[in-house]
Amino acid sequence: MAEHDSLRSVTRRQVLKGGAALAALGGVSAFLAACGGGATPTPAASSGGGGGASAAPSTGGGASNPPAAGGSITFGSNYSDDVPKKAMQAVVDGFKAKTGIDTTVNTVEHGKFQDTINAYLQATPDDTFTWFAGYRMRFFAAQGLATDISDVWAKVGGNYSDAFKTASTGDDGKQYFIPFYNYPWVVIYRKSVFTEKNYTVPKTIDEFKTLGDQMKKDGLIPLAFGDKDGWPAMGTFDILNMRMNGYDFHVSLMAGKDKWTDPKTKAVFQKWAELLPYFDPQPLGKTWQEAAQDMIGKKAGMYFLGTFAGEQATDPAVHDDLDFFPFPTLGTQYDAEAAIDAPIDGFMVSAKAKNVDGAKAFMEYLATGEAQGIFLASSPNNVAAAKDADTSKYSPFQKKMAEIIGGAQKIAQFLDRDTRPDFAGANGMQGFLQDFLGNPTQDLDAFLGKIQSFYDTLPPAS
Amino acid sequence: MTASAVPPYAPPIDGGASASSRRPRRRFSVLTQRDKLTIGLMVGIPAFVHIFLIWLPALGSVILSFTSWNGIGGLDKIRWIGLKNYENLATVYQPFWPAVQHNLLWLAVFLFIATPLGMLMAVLLDQNIRGTRIYQSVLYTPVVLSLAVVGFIWELMYSPGQGFINNFLATVTNDPRWITPGTAIDWTGTKGLNLFAVLVAASWRHVGYIMVLYLAGLKSVDNTLREAAAIDGANSRQTFFRVVFPVLAPINVVVLVVTIIESLRAFDIVYVTNKGLNGLELLSVLIVTNLLGEASLVGFGSAIAVVLLLISIGPILFYLYRTMRTQPT
Repeated sequence: MAEHDSLRSVTRRQVLKGGAALAALGGVSAFLAACGGGATPTPAASSGGGGGASAAPSTGGGASNPPAAGGSITFGSNYSDDVPKKAMQAVVDGFKAKTGIDTTVNTVEHGKFQDTINAYLQATPDDTFTWFAGYRMRFFAAQGLATDISDVWAKVGGNYSDAFKTASTGDDGKQYFIPFYNYPWVVIYRKSVFTEKNYTVPKTIDEFKTLGDQMKKDGLIPLAFGDKDGWPAMGTFDILNMRMNGYDFHVSLMAGKDKWTDPKTKAVFQKWAELLPYFDPQPLGKTWQEAAQDMIGKKAGMYFLGTFAGEQATDPAVHDDLDFFPFPTLGTQYDAEAAIDAPIDGFMVSAKAKNVDGAKAFMEYLATGEAQGIFLASSPNNVAAAKDADTSKYSPFQKKMAEIIGGAQKIAQFLDRDTRPDFAGANGMQGFLQDFLGNPTQDLDAFLGKIQSFYDTLPPAS
Repeated sequence: MTASAVPPYAPPIDGGASASSRRPRRRFSVLTQRDKLTIGLMVGIPAFVHIFLIWLPALGSVILSFTSWNGIGGLDKIRWIGLKNYENLATVYQPFWPAVQHNLLWLAVFLFIATPLGMLMAVLLDQNIRGTRIYQSVLYTPVVLSLAVVGFIWELMYSPGQGFINNFLATVTNDPRWITPGTAIDWTGTKGLNLFAVLVAASWRHVGYIMVLYLAGLKSVDNTLREAAAIDGANSRQTFFRVVFPVLAPINVVVLVVTIIESLRAFDIVYVTNKGLNGLELLSVLIVTNLLGEASLVGFGSAIAVVLLLISIGPILFYLYRTMRTQPT
């Protein structure tokens, strides 16, 4: 830079250099932007237990519990809403108090978490992460992206029912998942509406229809419904399918062993079309939240959704007014098994976990009723998965949930948790179900043929 | 940043002999050796960035479009399946043809309605009417917002039970059916209607964008041209179409290209509205739904991307042809 040029040429060169620098900078920022979509940064990577697995000394020292695991772990969380986020922090604090292990929580907005999970698990994942039971768990286990935690299950297995163990087991028979809580899909209503209008809870589909006709006369939409998000309709398909064809058919249909062109599947859509007059006629422009508001605002009499619909009742008095019942029986041989969707949320250990022992200690803690109780204190729309959870603090709402789940002989996860994700997503079933709802009188054979041929074009699940 | 540019400068003149032998030739060059290096860097770095970040990925997409891959594991997991993706795209994959149609409709609406409207606004605002600044700001405000935000704003307008439009209609007509589920117009949930609802929102922004572009062009038109036209007895319509419009040819090309680009890259507003389902399918959205998520169909999504690339190449070539041709004159 020590050259002596004329003022003019210096200026020109400086402009040129600046341009070059700007161009380079532009390139860099474009490159960063390109990377940004994929990997989730893990700010705690530097403090990842000193990289040591079992050798890392426990920093807490004073901790009372046996698991002698390393000093700190990282935890990728999709509990991004305020209330669950705080509840999850309380759980992490409880873990720290118990074992002395520090946990760095990396919270990612839940939609984004799901969209980028693929790249996240392959790049630099946290030691542990939040996820869902069923096919979605088995998929990552089969892809070698999760750590086998059968040894944790050997310790905590007694705290779970067999149904939970099955839902946590991968294709290879090993466990990869710790169930935390679940929630049933039920018909939710406002007690005050039922009392005021003298409605009774329908047990069979005929009683349901009679009630629906009465509600229509009273100016109510019998069943609120919103399927703008694409997935709520899956719950309705699931329950009709399980009531008419049984849980085993649900499982084999989801696994691709039974075909969508099966007359049994067609019967489900026929039944659905028959029941559609009781649903909100315009579900496709409504989110589930708006549909829940219809029920809460007494425009609709009932709403079939997971109990998380209760989140929409922000006024505690209104929430206390909510009650629910299982979907009515359809008079088939499968009524007795009372199968329902009761999706389980929980945790997994990533294959690339740096502090595996610490992560497993965390899993062990999360499998206790104590940890689940801490979380559920602020999440009254779920019930704990562990047997030793303190149910005495349950609200009547939660007690009933536990009762219905306990009364079901078979528990399914949910259509998009029981089948391959590329089939369930916006590309496949979400679009197909919306197509059906937009035109329920269409030629069902052609419609089901389209679904099956789409399924057949998907690459073999590895 | 400057540091990266320093090393090539280091030896100004390395060997005296070779330098002197070159001197006679260099006299004819306006640029010094260092200027050439600087320019080389200026062209080289962007070219490098461009090739690595745009053309190599594009080529990668083309290659991937002949494969089946779920995006997990190494490259050895990629299976070659030839043209199968394209075959499925055209035959089995339901959203594809609607998406192509919607993209074309989007282009048509922008080209024949939104863009002319923006140009009209520009011409009107160029008349020095009172409060022109205010009108300009009002029309330009939506452009500052991202399309995702525009989508969110219009969501609040269109929501059937809680939205502004239906509630306004219910209040004005005093008829609660406008907001009753079942009888209310479901603007974004009805197939066939929602695309136009979204197009209104997208045009709302596009009009402002075109207006600003065109207004800048109009301001640069030499006023003597208009005066000359007026002296020759042209009315204002003739003045615009016979004199101003042809003079603005370069701006017109830019406006055309911008319109085409905006139509082809339409994505965010549809994605925030309903993730591009149920009548809002667009090619760009299909690419994303195939690539995002837990089990992505990388090969299949790439095939759609290639289709979009082929469509985009048309306007790109047109634009390049125009700029290359007009440059020498």
